[in-house]
Amino acid sequence: MKRLINGAALILACATLATFLLFPLYYAMITSLKSGAELFRVTYWPTEFDFTNYLRIWKEQQFARNILNSVIVATSVVALSLALALTAAYALGRVQFAGRRMLLYSILAISMFPQIAVLSGLFEVIRVLGLYNSLAGLIFSYMIFTLPFTVWVLTTFMRDLPVEIEEAAILDGLSPFVIVTQIFMPLMAPAMAATGLLAFIAAWNEFLFALTFTLSNEQRTVPVAIALITGASEYELPWGNIMAASVIVTLPLIALVLIFQRHLVAGLTAGAVKG
Amino acid sequence: MAAQRTRTAWLFLAPMLIMLAVVAVWPLARTLYFSLTNATLVDMSNYRFVGLSNYITYDNGRWYGVLTDPQWLTALRNTLVFAFISVTLETVLGVLIALLLNISFLGRGLMRAAMLVPWAIPTVVSAKMWGWMLNDQFGVINDALLRIGFISEPVAWLADPSLSMASIIIVDVWKTTPFVALLALAALQMVPKDCYEAARVDGIHPLKQLFRITLPLIAPALAVAVIFRLLDAMRMFDLVYILTGATDATMTLSVLAQRELVGFQDVGYGSAVSTLVFFIIALLTAVYLMAMRVDFGGKPK
Repeated sequence: MKRLINGAALILACATLATFLLFPLYYAMITSLKSGAELFRVTYWPTEFDFTNYLRIWKEQQFARNILNSVIVATSVVALSLALALTAAYALGRVQFAGRRMLLYSILAISMFPQIAVLSGLFEVIRVLGLYNSLAGLIFSYMIFTLPFTVWVLTTFMRDLPVEIEEAAILDGLSPFVIVTQIFMPLMAPAMAATGLLAFIAAWNEFLFALTFTLSNEQRTVPVAIALITGASEYELPWGNIMAASVIVTLPLIALVLIFQRHLVAGLTAGAVKG
Repeated sequence: MAAQRTRTAWLFLAPMLIMLAVVAVWPLARTLYFSLTNATLVDMSNYRFVGLSNYITYDNGRWYGVLTDPQWLTALRNTLVFAFISVTLETVLGVLIALLLNISFLGRGLMRAAMLVPWAIPTVVSAKMWGWMLNDQFGVINDALLRIGFISEPVAWLADPSLSMASIIIVDVWKTTPFVALLALAALQMVPKDCYEAARVDGIHPLKQLFRITLPLIAPALAVAVIFRLLDAMRMFDLVYILTGATDATMTLSVLAQRELVGFQDVGYGSAVSTLVFFIIALLTAVYLMAMRVDFGGKPK
């Protein structure tokens, strides 16, 4: 009897939790498939399978352009931060030098900078470098939040690689650069996948910089494009379009996250617990 | 040999350090400096040094400046309220969910996968999704609550100043509790099983086990998760910007700073607000780290 009650309680708890977690996405999906007056009638099950909203954001909003921008920005951010962080992690994780600890703490401190605190200074830097209203400007500015944590996580992983591998490589006369790129990089692949994915998500979702450092719709990334979808007035927001756009940008991300689930959790916990 | 190794280390560090200097350290210093000037966004190279007058100044029998601005005080209070309540809720719920998912049962993997969904959804998208669900006329939340008789007429979740902050907190809790839960779960799985064996042999009540064994053992990991969440909550921008905008009931420090900087083009004043955000967060972090004795260190090999 007691076991039965426990089982029922467990199922109830899980069902409540799952509903809470998944309902908003489910509701966005069924809304995005409605059109006209049906859109404004609340239903709990899909009543229409109308793809007009999806076609419309594609045609009217240049949404494909925004998605392409987001893909370019996010992948470049991942490549650049991994490249810069991998070499740095070697120095911080494998070499004992004066000021190493100090540097690690400074990098950690930078990851705590609120984005708003650098906004005006960064705006000036971006203008001076001629990167205003360009994807390059966004890629560059995103380094402030992807780089510190990528360096931090890769350093903790690098530190745990066995010393013998490196000693053997040094005896073979390999240069540090070859050691990092040929020997350590393959061993670091899981950690790089995890941090790369986290950086990708962070860049894909970023809003404040993307809103401030771009001007024209051709340069906008997805979050800004969705935030700025407007109707005839504030009270006539095209909810169908907004939900369709939301579903489009969310599904690939969820697919990525589920595929890399294990790595991801490992990366998150390495950054927070082990670090 | 060692000297050469150190040289290589600095060479390897240089690109990363230069990048961080250009995107973080220098802009922060410039923001600090701009807060002492009357710069505007239209022409950032043409400005005058005005001392601390953006922060506080006395002129013609009245006080001016950020520190005396009622809007700033409102934004400060909103930010602190938001950060405190949302992080507390997220921590409590996160631990509860982690305890649930630490039980092994069929479908646990699926539940864990479902947890990642809100976390992976872009904040802007989750704001829009919830904005639609909380819509006063056509929203599903009002519909559901009316159906079960919890409310008798539709509620303006986002427009009513007494409810809008609560709505923002609910959305944030939905989005970020999974993060705390995942970290708490990872910590739970590292708790040695024999602790519980011993407790069970001694006949200790499960609740007492929770408070005496489990929570103290996961506390260090939880403290780190909380600091990450706290830092995030203190700089909250996206949710508020999209769901309610710069209204008195929900305006946060970041929303205020962005409005001054970009909306009103007042770089001097906006930078003063930003600089204060920086120092408030730095102060809170320092106090928290000292109080909780969080150890980020880790021994080098």
